[in-house]
This record gives sequence, structure tokens and C-alpha cells, in this order.
Amino acid sequence: MKLTLRIWRQAGPDTPGRMAEYQVDGIEPDMSFLEMLDVLNGRLILDGQEPVAFDHDCREGICGSCGVVINGRAHGPEHTTTCQLHMRAFHDGDVIDVEPWRAKAFPIIKDLVVDRSAFDRIVRSGGYVTAPTGSAPDANAVPVPKADADVAFDNATCIGCGACVAACPNGSATLFTSAKVTHLNLLPQGAPERERRVLDMIETMDAEDFGGCTNSGECVAACPQGIPLASIATLNREFLRANRSAKR
Amino acid sequence: MRDYRLGEPIADTRAPAGPIEDRWATRRFQAGLVNPTNRRKHRVIVVGTGLAGGSAGATLAEQGYQVVQFCFQDSPRRAHSVAAQGGINAAKNYRNDGDSVYRLFYDTVKGGDFRSRESNVYRLAELSGQIIDQAVAQGVPFAREYGGLLDTRSFGGVQVQRTFYARGQTGQQLLIGAYQALSRQIDAGNVELHPRTEMLDLVVIDGRARGIVARDLVTGEVTTHLADAVVLATGGYGNVFYLSTNAKGSNATAIWRAHKRGAHLANPCYTQIHPTCIPRSGEHQSKLTLMSESLRNDGRIWVPKRQGDTRPPGDIPEAERDYYLERMYPSFGNLVPRDIASRAAKNQCDAGYGVGPGGLGVYLDFADAIGRMGRAAVTEKYGNLFDMYERITAENPYEVPMRIYPAIHYTMGGLWVDYDLQSTIPGLFVIGEANFSDHGANRLGASALMQGLADGYFVLPTTVNDYLAGGGLTDVAPDHPVIARVEAEVAERLATLLAVRGDRTVDSFHRELGLLLWDHCGMARNETGLRKALGRIPSLRDEFWHRVLVPGTGEQLNQELEKANRVADFLEFAELMLLDAIVREESCGGHFREEHQTPDGEAQREDEHFSHVAAWEYTGDIPVLHKESLRFDYVHPAARSYT
Repeated sequence: MKLTLRIWRQAGPDTPGRMAEYQVDGIEPDMSFLEMLDVLNGRLILDGQEPVAFDHDCREGICGSCGVVINGRAHGPEHTTTCQLHMRAFHDGDVIDVEPWRAKAFPIIKDLVVDRSAFDRIVRSGGYVTAPTGSAPDANAVPVPKADADVAFDNATCIGCGACVAACPNGSATLFTSAKVTHLNLLPQGAPERERRVLDMIETMDAEDFGGCTNSGECVAACPQGIPLASIATLNREFLRANRSAKR
Repeated sequence: MRDYRLGEPIADTRAPAGPIEDRWATRRFQAGLVNPTNRRKHRVIVVGTGLAGGSAGATLAEQGYQVVQFCFQDSPRRAHSVAAQGGINAAKNYRNDGDSVYRLFYDTVKGGDFRSRESNVYRLAELSGQIIDQAVAQGVPFAREYGGLLDTRSFGGVQVQRTFYARGQTGQQLLIGAYQALSRQIDAGNVELHPRTEMLDLVVIDGRARGIVARDLVTGEVTTHLADAVVLATGGYGNVFYLSTNAKGSNATAIWRAHKRGAHLANPCYTQIHPTCIPRSGEHQSKLTLMSESLRNDGRIWVPKRQGDTRPPGDIPEAERDYYLERMYPSFGNLVPRDIASRAAKNQCDAGYGVGPGGLGVYLDFADAIGRMGRAAVTEKYGNLFDMYERITAENPYEVPMRIYPAIHYTMGGLWVDYDLQSTIPGLFVIGEANFSDHGANRLGASALMQGLADGYFVLPTTVNDYLAGGGLTDVAPDHPVIARVEAEVAERLATLLAVRGDRTVDSFHRELGLLLWDHCGMARNETGLRKALGRIPSLRDEFWHRVLVPGTGEQLNQELEKANRVADFLEFAELMLLDAIVREESCGGHFREEHQTPDGEAQREDEHFSHVAAWEYTGDIPVLHKESLRFDYVHPAARSYT
């Protein structure tokens, strides 16, 4: 396949960026999207140009490092991460726009690389169970109903890629935060910190440059892990519950 | 021609004497303690945030130490432990199926083909149960039965069900547990985190590890961080093969630089080739993807009975299929250990029975499992793996058998450590895949997560305490001449890489190196091939330093420079790996020397000469080999039989 790529190039956080156009040839359907970018970069390097910077690591859809906006959609046309998107989703002669996550809370570092450390700060503010090493009871001491464990697991599969924020018209991190709150608040192990967790995490989320949630659902459509919209409802319920009990 | 020199044997591993079940308790009691109020006066550097590093950083910080932690990724949550799929072993015996600490110990020593240290393996088995307790307390959502209790399954080389799992994402869930524990400590101000920062050298002062030199990958700034102890949790060296199941960023730089500063490197030739990976599809391939070993619980592996049979799998009748693992190893069947399953697949393909492009694949078939359990139950257990397979290959494994082929996955070798997980440099501790300690010549499935977390949550806190309690640490002045020298060496090396401005990309060298090693130091090795590869490395390295093309500058985010620096180290590391493979004239576990096999093609150990750990010392000239002889007081070496 021969493709035209229009890629966002930006040398650093404070320099202006622009879309730059490149042609790539010899692209095979079995290549991943990132392998297609590898081909482009190999050529740019030999031509004496700087390759396109992009984050990636595991290349099997689980580390959450990669993520770009492809033709206006976070992670591109399929329900997966950028590294697991294969070129068979495109056709010879296609023009493909490649941009970084666009969100105020994710400032650009270079080209397609953005700073997602705001996610880490949200987790730090309460996305954990206080269980210092050595203090745990036997693993089977507290049974957890399978249904609860399954919903907790579904939410715990979030990879922190940031597609939800990039897809959201408001640049909101509500789906990300709701996944963590749902994971931990549903489990008996997370119960003692249930109220504090949701209040602190929402406070941190609001203090970063994320927008508010208007239930547009774009986040769910972009999420490669299938975190459901119901998690946002859970977050809201947990938030109201915590506020009520805080007033008492 | 001698290409190495024999040094003094290693006499003391610091493992206490006495009955094996008492050794860890004895060591813990003997270990010195640091008063809680004094702990905050000590800084401990932890490099890496995977299961080993994340759990170590969180636990040391909980104890009160000032932890300074590094990862090259943008967040600690992305370390490659995240990709571990199948599960984690623990001798809980929740199934009442005859499991015990002793049996897990026995299975692991045998699985490692009698090339691991008994004391360490016993401790690992002993701690396994506590890891599950700890993870559940953190909210790790393991799979559960309808009664609300934990579910388990089987893994290779084992006849009990002791593997705890979270669908096919066990590594992710355990890593997030450790990441959240670490996050809590960062928030509390006990951990200073440096993401997007890569360790480039070790600072050794007065014979002790006192810090690291690291590069900020965003600004390019090279700085020294000082501490009272340094912990490396930097993973394995599988990417020396270029194509592996490792993350693209996984590298050997930290352990190799530590080796060059005096840490012995043990058994580098022990590499694990995982039997169930998705076959490569073309020249462009940048990495290989694993399909969890857990699939072998229910999937059946087969090839056509006729060579070069190109019929679609569905058209090959039952009678014309060879379920070769079930035929050759009836008692373990599809669940033989990884080294055996990989070699069997290679042998089938080499003999012309392979399927798919180039005949480099065998079938992993779920038709029987779907018939027995129903499609929904198969989805429940393996859904995400099936989805991943389909995304990569565009084939639906519910309808067509998966095609799999072995790939480099894990490295059992690593920096040599004693029972305390301390290297030959005092104050330098090495944990997780980065050390060599627990898996011998072959790691059993679901043991890597167990080892990483045992090291980080439970072993290291005791042994670091002991080291720091020993005292004798004086403050290092920031203008100490060693620091300036190491920083200058790092800077010069980066400048040299940038200055070559040659005509070949870093990747082209990495691919060439990887192919050379895969051909001659892969699933089967022989002296002629190993010597050929060893002969090629110096010229390849020379070519690299004269022809590599690294664009840009060092004062910016420069991913090509990062790669070049790592590949430069792989080009040195590979030489030692090949030498180790030549010197070990036997077959054991993942190290299969064609000259040493039984008449039916199984690995043949030479216990009389090779029942030892090969710990290599760097001298700048020819390497020096120190042997740590292995004693088996409990599990007596025998031919490993899985028939």
C-alpha cells in the first residue's frame, strides 16, 4: 500500500507545531500502525531528518503507552489501542491524519508525545487500598461475590492510555477516574476508604486541567478496554453518597 | 585459544545452614535492624517500577526509608510486568489437591533442570502464599468462584492447580496493585519518582554502590543521584534478540553497566523461549506477541501427520492429526514445561510438519474445549487472548485453530546475587528478572510474577535493613571525583553516538544482531554456530560505532539516541552470552546444546562438570569465570521426566 500521512510535528512544549505531509510506500496489511510509523521513521532518519516521536512500549495493547488521534478518532477506526491497529484497516492511497492526544491536561512534549502525569496524580490522591505489606489476612478470609469481583475486574483493566480524555469534547477524565473508583469501591477491601477515595480523587481531577463530564459518551466509544458508561454513574452515586455521609 | 580465565570459586552465598524450612526464618532473625526513626535518614534508589521494583519501592517507603525511584516509561504503571498474562503460583492448597510449599519448591527446582539454588527456591515457595494475601488486600481482582472464593488453574510442568489469575491479565492487575501502593507512598512524600528517566551508569565509591547516573529523557540532562543502597529491578535482556515478547524499551543497560562496574553476571546463556507465541508475519515485524501458557490448559497442540500438508486445518480429519505432546508426554500432555514444548514445536517444524507461512507454526486447537465447556465458558477464561489473536492475525480462533510458534520470552540469567539478593558490589541489590537466582535453566509458568513480588515485598526489605544496619556508610560529597568521572564517561559516550552520523539506522543493527543470535544461540545451539556468532560480534560492534546514524541532539527527547545507547550495550552483552553458551558444554532447560542430547532428543545434563552457576567477572580484558557449585540436599538431580 502507498499512503499519504499528515502528521503533527512539534519540536518541544513551547514551540509552535504544524501538520507535515509524508508519503510512505510498501506498507503491508499485516503491519501494525506503529510498524508503519517505524517504516516512515527509518526513511526519515536515512534522509537526514528527525523521526516522528511517539510513545510506545509493549506493543500488545496492555501498557497504555501508545495512543494517537487517527483521522480524528482516538486510537483510530477500530476498538483497540494504536499498537494493535493493523494496516488492513486502511486502503491503498488513503490519506491519514495523525495527531497527538488533544487535551489541555495533556501538554505536548514533542510531536505525538504528551504528558499524561495528571492521571498518576489522580491515582495518588486516593486510587489505592491502604494495605501495608505484611498486614494482609488470608486471601480467602473475605469472600467476594463473583459478580462484584467481575465488575471490579472489568474496571481494573483500564490501561491509563488517555483515549477517553482525547475523545471527550470537554477533555474530561471522568471515565478514567470512575474506573478506578468503581474497581476499588465495589470490593470489601476498598470499603474503609470508600468515601474519602471518591472525594479526594474528584478533587484532584478537578484541580488538573480536565473538563467536566456532560455524558456525551465519546470516552466509552474510544476506550480500548471497554470501560462502560455505567462506571460514570457509579462514580456519581459514590460521590453523592460520600457527600451525604460527610454531612452527617 | 582461551577466551576466558577461571577465577576463584564462590564459596559463600550467605544462605544460613540448617534445615531448609528454617533458613529464611533464621536469616530474618539474624538480620540487623534499623530503628524506625533512623530509617528516614537513609536514601535507597530503586531503578524500575515493574512487579519487583514497584513492590520494593512501596514496601521500603512504608518502612520509612527515603526512596528515589526511576522508570524510563512515562508512568510506573507501564513497566512490562503489565503484559504478563496467565497467572501467579502459590502453594495455598485451596484445591486440596496435594499441594504444599515443599511441592512448589520441588516442582520449581525440577522445572529449572537442577540449575537453581535450593535455599532461594525454598524461600520463594514459602513466601508464595503471602503474596496472594497481600495482593487481595490491595484489591487485586483475581478470578473467583461463585461462592466468592479464589479460583485457580494449572500451568506447565505441574500436576496441581496452584495458579491464581485475573482472566488473561494477571500481570496487569498485580502491577496496578503495586503501582497503587507506590502511588500512596509518593503522595505521602516517601518516594521521589523520576519517570522518563533512564539509568546509564552505576556510581561505586569505596567499593560500595552509592548512586546512579541517569538521563532525563525529555530534557536530555544527565545527573547523578546518590543513596546508601541501590536496587536494580530493571528486568531481563530478551531484547538482545531484537524480536521477543519484551516491550520495545526493555533493555540490559542497567545490568550491563553494573557488570562493568564490578557486579558478576550469572548464566547469561539461559534464555527462555516460550512455546505459544503468534508466528511472525513479515520483515517489518517489530515485536512478537505471546499467547498465554494458560491456553494449554484447554487447547490441544497438533500438526498434520503428513509433511507439507497444506489443507486448511478443518479439512484434516482427526486420524491424520498428530497431537505430538500428548503422544510423547502422556502424563503431562500439553502442559509440559516451556523448554520442552518449544523444542518439540521446533522439531516438528524442522521435520517439515509445520503449518502456515514458511511452515513455522503448529496448531493450538480449542475445538474440543468449546465442545466440552461451551463457547461462553471459553470466552470467560480466555476471551481477551482470543480477541488479541484475532486483532493481530485477522483469524477467528473460535473457528480456526490458532497458529503458534516459539519466541524469546524471559531470561533466567542476570546479575549474580547472594541469598540476600545482593550482588558482588556491596550495596547493590538486584531483584526480579534482572537477577539470576530462582529459576535455574528454565522458568516454570506463573513463577515470574511470584518471584518479582517475593523479592520486592518480602525479601528485600529484610536484607536492605541488614545492609544499612551494618553501618560504615559515610556521606558522599557531590563533588566526589568518581561522580565527575562517571558522568563524563556517560556524556562522552552519548556524544560519540551522536557524532558518528553514519548510514545505517540503529534498528538495522539491532535486527542483524538479533537474527545472528536467534540462528546460533536460540532454541538449539552447537559449538560451531556459537563460535561463528561470537566471531561476528566484534566486527558488527565496530561497524555500529562507525556507521550508526543517530539524528538530533542529546539535549532533547531523542528516541533514536535512547535506542542506540541500549543497542551498544546489547552488542557487548551478546558476546558474554555466547561465551557462556560455549563454555556450558551440556544441555539444561532452555540451553540446548545439540552435542548433548539423549537418543530420543531430550536435553542431557552433565552434572559432574556443570552443576554450577557460571558467574562472570568483567575485567576489561578477557572475562573471568567464577563457579558457584550447586548443592542438592533435598531434591536430587535426576533426568527430568515428563512422560
